[in-house]
Amino acid sequence: MRALDNLRNFMRPDQVFPFLIERQPPAVDTSHRMILYIEDLSVSFDGFKALNKLNLYVEDGELRCLIGANGAGKTTLMDVITGKTQPDQGEVWFGQTLDLLGRNEAEIAGLGIGRKFQKPSVFEAQTVYANLELAMKMHKGILPTLFARLGSEQLDRIDEVLTTIGLSEQRAMSAGALSHGQKQWLEIGMLLMSDPRLLLIDEPVAGMTGQETERTAELLTSLAGERTVIVVEHDMAFVRSIARTVSVLHQGSLLAEGTMSEVQNDPAVIEVYLGEGH
Amino acid sequence: MTTANAAPLTGQAAAIQGLREGAPLFLAVLFGATLLAALGNLAFPEDSLFHVSTYTITLLGKYLCYALLALAVDVVWGYCGILSLGHGAFFGLGGYALGMYLMRQIGDRGVYGNPELPDFMVFLNWQELPWYWYGFDQFWFAALMVLLVPGLLAFAFGYLAFRSRVVGVYLSIMTQALVYALMLAFFRNEMGFGGNNGLTDFKDLLGFDLQADTTRVGLLIASALALGLAYVLSRWIMGSKMGRVIVAIRDDEPRARFMGFRTENYKIWLFVYSALLAGIAGALYVPQVGIINPGEFAPLNSIEVVVWVAVGGRGTLYGAVIGAILVNYAKTRFTAVWPEAWLFALGGLFVAVTVFLPQGIVGWFRQRVGRAAS
Repeated sequence: MRALDNLRNFMRPDQVFPFLIERQPPAVDTSHRMILYIEDLSVSFDGFKALNKLNLYVEDGELRCLIGANGAGKTTLMDVITGKTQPDQGEVWFGQTLDLLGRNEAEIAGLGIGRKFQKPSVFEAQTVYANLELAMKMHKGILPTLFARLGSEQLDRIDEVLTTIGLSEQRAMSAGALSHGQKQWLEIGMLLMSDPRLLLIDEPVAGMTGQETERTAELLTSLAGERTVIVVEHDMAFVRSIARTVSVLHQGSLLAEGTMSEVQNDPAVIEVYLGEGH
Repeated sequence: MTTANAAPLTGQAAAIQGLREGAPLFLAVLFGATLLAALGNLAFPEDSLFHVSTYTITLLGKYLCYALLALAVDVVWGYCGILSLGHGAFFGLGGYALGMYLMRQIGDRGVYGNPELPDFMVFLNWQELPWYWYGFDQFWFAALMVLLVPGLLAFAFGYLAFRSRVVGVYLSIMTQALVYALMLAFFRNEMGFGGNNGLTDFKDLLGFDLQADTTRVGLLIASALALGLAYVLSRWIMGSKMGRVIVAIRDDEPRARFMGFRTENYKIWLFVYSALLAGIAGALYVPQVGIINPGEFAPLNSIEVVVWVAVGGRGTLYGAVIGAILVNYAKTRFTAVWPEAWLFALGGLFVAVTVFLPQGIVGWFRQRVGRAAS
C-alpha cells in the first residue's frame, strides 16, 4: 500500500515530477551580514598542523586580505573553502545556511565560490572573447553546446566583463598574445562570467609591473561591494592600497585582524611576521 | 558571436581569418576539379588533349577517400589533441562492411558459381552463410553497417579509454593495439572475412558495373561529395561553441573540466564522429580499388595517415586534405620509379616536416601570408 501511495503522490496532477524540477543552487543567506563563517578549523598533514583552531569571519561585500608567512596556512584555508581539502575538525559555513564541509569542488563552485589560482591558466590558442564565452554560466552538455547561440543578454554580459577587466580592445586577440598582467585579468574575468558571490584570489600581482599592479588594485576594489573578495598576497604595498581589513595568519591561527595600520602596529604581528625591519 | 566577428582584425589575424573561412574556396576547388576530371573522362575521346584516363579517375577517387580519412584524423588530433594511430581500424571496417555487400552482389557469377556463398567460403568447404553475413545483400543494411560498426567500436573504445582518463602516448599505443588486433583477427580464415586475401573480385554496385567508366566517375563524384559534406560539417562543428570547448580540452583539459565541461563525453563523441568519417572513407575506397584485405589494418597504414596530416598542417581541416593528396601523389610517383625506397622517403619527409615545418605546409603558407600582410 505504501508503494501505491508513493506512486499516487508521484503522479499528482497539481505538481511537476520531482526529477523535472530544475535544480537551482540554494541561495546564500547573508541576513546577518556575514557571508563566510570559519570556526575552530583544524587541518593537519602527517602531524603538521597546517590550520590550528582558526576562526575567521568575512562580511558580505568585503574586500579582505589574508597575509602570513609561508606555511601560515593561507593556501590550506583556500583549499578547505573550495572543497579540495577536508578538515579534521571545525566548521565552514557559506552564509547562514550552507555548510561547505562534505561538498566537492564542483558543488562548491556551483554555490557561487570562484577561485583564481596563482598561475594564470587561460586558453592561449583562443581569443579573449572565446575564453569568456567558455567560462559563461550555461548548460555544459554536448548538444546544447553544439547549438549554442549567445543571446543579447549574454553578449551584454561578456561586454560588461570585458569592460570591467579592461580588455575590450583585446577581445579579438588570442589570449596567448596578452601580457602576463592581462592574462591575470582575463582569468579574473573568466571567474566573473560564472557570477560568483565569493571570489578567492591567490597572489594576483605576483610578477606584475607597477602599472599593472595599480590596475589590478582598481579592479579588485571595484569588484568588492557587489561581491565578496578574499585576496592572498605577499606584496605589502599592494595590500595597503586595497584592503580595508587585513587578517594575519600565523602557524595556522589568526594572529591579528584590523586595518593595515592597526595590524602593522600590533606588537605580536611585528614580532612574528613583519620582522625587525619594520 | 556577432560582436566577436564585428571586431576589426588587422595584419596577420585578418589574413589567417581569411584563410580559415575559406570553405567556399575549398568546395569550389574540390568540385571544380572533380567536374573537370569527370568531363575529361566522359566527354572527350581518348586521343583528345583533354582526355582524362579512367586510371586517373580511380586514382583521384582514391586520393579523395584518403583525404576524408585524413580529415577524420585531423578532427581528433588537430583539434582535440587525441593522437590516434589506429584510424585504419575504422577505415577498414567501413570498407569491409561495403565489401561484404559487394561480395553478395556477385551472386552466382563467382568462380564456383555458388549463388549463396562467396568463393572463399566455398573454397573453405563452408556449407552455409555465417549469421553475421545476413543482411549484407541489402545495400541499405550495408550502408548502415558502414556507419554503425566503426561508430560502435569507437564508442566502446572511447568510453573505456577516455573515462579512465587515458591520454597522450598511452592512448596512441592503445589505438595501435586496436588496429593490430583487428589485423590479426581478420587474417584468420575462421573469421569468415576471406582471411589474408580479403574480399575482392567485385562485379557491381547497386546494379552498376564497377568496371564501367561512368561508374568510376560516379564513385569519384560520390567521394568528392562525401569529402565536401564532411568538410562543411566539421567546419561547422569547429566553428560552434563545441569547437571552442574541444580546443580548450586540447590545450588544458583539467581547466576545461574545472569549468564544468564533462570533457570525456566531448572526447567520446568527437572520436565517434571521426570514426564515422573514416568508415565512410573506407566504404568509398573499396569499390574504387576493388579489394579490401587485412593489410588495411596494418599499424603502418594508420601511422601514415598521421604523417599526411602533419605534412599538410593539423588543426585546419583543409591542411589534412592537402597533405593526404600531396603525399599520396608523391607515393604514386615514387613507387612507380623506386618502390623499395618509398618508406625511407616517407620517413625522411616526416622528419623534415617536423623539423622545418612544424605547422605543416598550411602553417608555413599562413606565416608567409601573415608576414606579407603586416
